[in-house]
Order: sequence, then structure tokens, then C-alpha cells
Amino acid sequence: MLRILYFAGLREQLATNQEDLPLPTGVHDVAGLLAFLAARGGDWQHLQRTRNLRCAVNQEMASFDCPLRGDEELAFFPPVTGG
Amino acid sequence: MQVRVQESDFEVATELAAICRNRPQIGAVACFVGLVRDISEHSEVRELTLEHYPGMTEKALQAIVDQAAQRWPIIDARVVHRVGRLQPCDQIVLVAVASEHRGDAFAACEFIIDYLKTHAPFWKRELTPSGTRWVEARQADEQASERWRR
Repeated sequence: MLRILYFAGLREQLATNQEDLPLPTGVHDVAGLLAFLAARGGDWQHLQRTRNLRCAVNQEMASFDCPLRGDEELAFFPPVTGG
Repeated sequence: MQVRVQESDFEVATELAAICRNRPQIGAVACFVGLVRDISEHSEVRELTLEHYPGMTEKALQAIVDQAAQRWPIIDARVVHRVGRLQPCDQIVLVAVASEHRGDAFAACEFIIDYLKTHAPFWKRELTPSGTRWVEARQADEQASERWRR
């Protein structure tokens, strides 16, 4: 099972902070998952509209070509602004 | 090397004393403290709320401190970052680095805060007179972080 977390402005736009999802059929990497999620339509299209969307896989920054096995913790968020 | 994420405030003197205690080899401590400003993008900021990614935040901060320790001969480093609701003048973040000589402490301290701003999963939301807004990442922060790659 994938655990997907959403943070900051993206969390608010999606009105979701977390969901558990089996790896969808045909999805092999982060980019594939993003396309799957955005295809839900409505607010989910924010995932593809967010400028400079960032992703973490198992709590480390990852690129969209990062492969997925189906048991990862993923997070999507806008660029960080701490400090 | 210690990293902490907390809602409560921190005392700079206490943190520096903890780093230096019983370590007579330390000759320099460089310290950066970030504060909440009352103006951002030309509008008044009444409150700042800091969100983070529990678990990843601590790992990311530790990784940044570890990189600094590989790059400069530092004796100790400490990062304390606050989350939750903050008001103007409140302390947000402390980066303190101890070394034998000042050059390494200054450089490592600046590296850590530059990397923290672009690599640690924190997000700021401001309360202004016209409502709340998420702070946008600044190009200048990205450039400050990039220059350490050279």
C-alpha cells in the first residue's frame, strides 16, 4: 500500500492531508502516479498545475522518475520556505 | 550534532553553553538566529504559521548538518527550528556551529541555513490584513543554496 501525504497550499487545495492507495495498475513511477491522481479531475488537477511541485519518497527528496514498488511513503508539496 | 523541531521558544545562551561545555578545544562559535519580520512582500504580517513534515524534517536537518561536518572540520553543530504559530519578533530558527577557528564556523553556519531554506520541508503561511497566504519560495534562497555546489 502506498501512503501519500500532501502539505501546505497543496494540502488545502486538495482538502486532503493523507491517503492510502494500492499501486494503481500500470503505474511504475512518481510521474505515473501523478498522472493517475490528476485524472481524478476537479481539485486533483492542482497536482499538475502546482508550479515547481516537489516530491519525497520514503522521506527523501525524489525526482518524478523515481520508481515505485507500492509500499512507499510519498509526499507532494510546493517548494519549501522554512528558516 | 543535534537537530530539534519544536513549538516552544529556545534560549540562545543555553544552546551555546550546551555546545561549549567541557570542550576546551572550541575556539569559535558562529550562530544564526532567524526572526519573524512584521513586513513581507510590502504587507503587514500579523502572524506566521509554520507547517512541516514530521519525520522527514528531522532527517533532512540531520543530513544537512552531516554534510556540513564532512565539508568543514567542525566540532559541533546544532539546529533548532520552531513550528506552529509565531508572531513578529519571535525566534524561528537557530543554527550554531562550533569549531577551532572562526572561518570554519562561519562557513558551516551559513551553509546550514542556506541549505535548510531550500532542502528542509517547512512551509510558512502568513496572516496579513487581507487574509492568509502561503509564502512563495524565493529565487535568492535558491541561488544562495546553489553557490555552495561550486
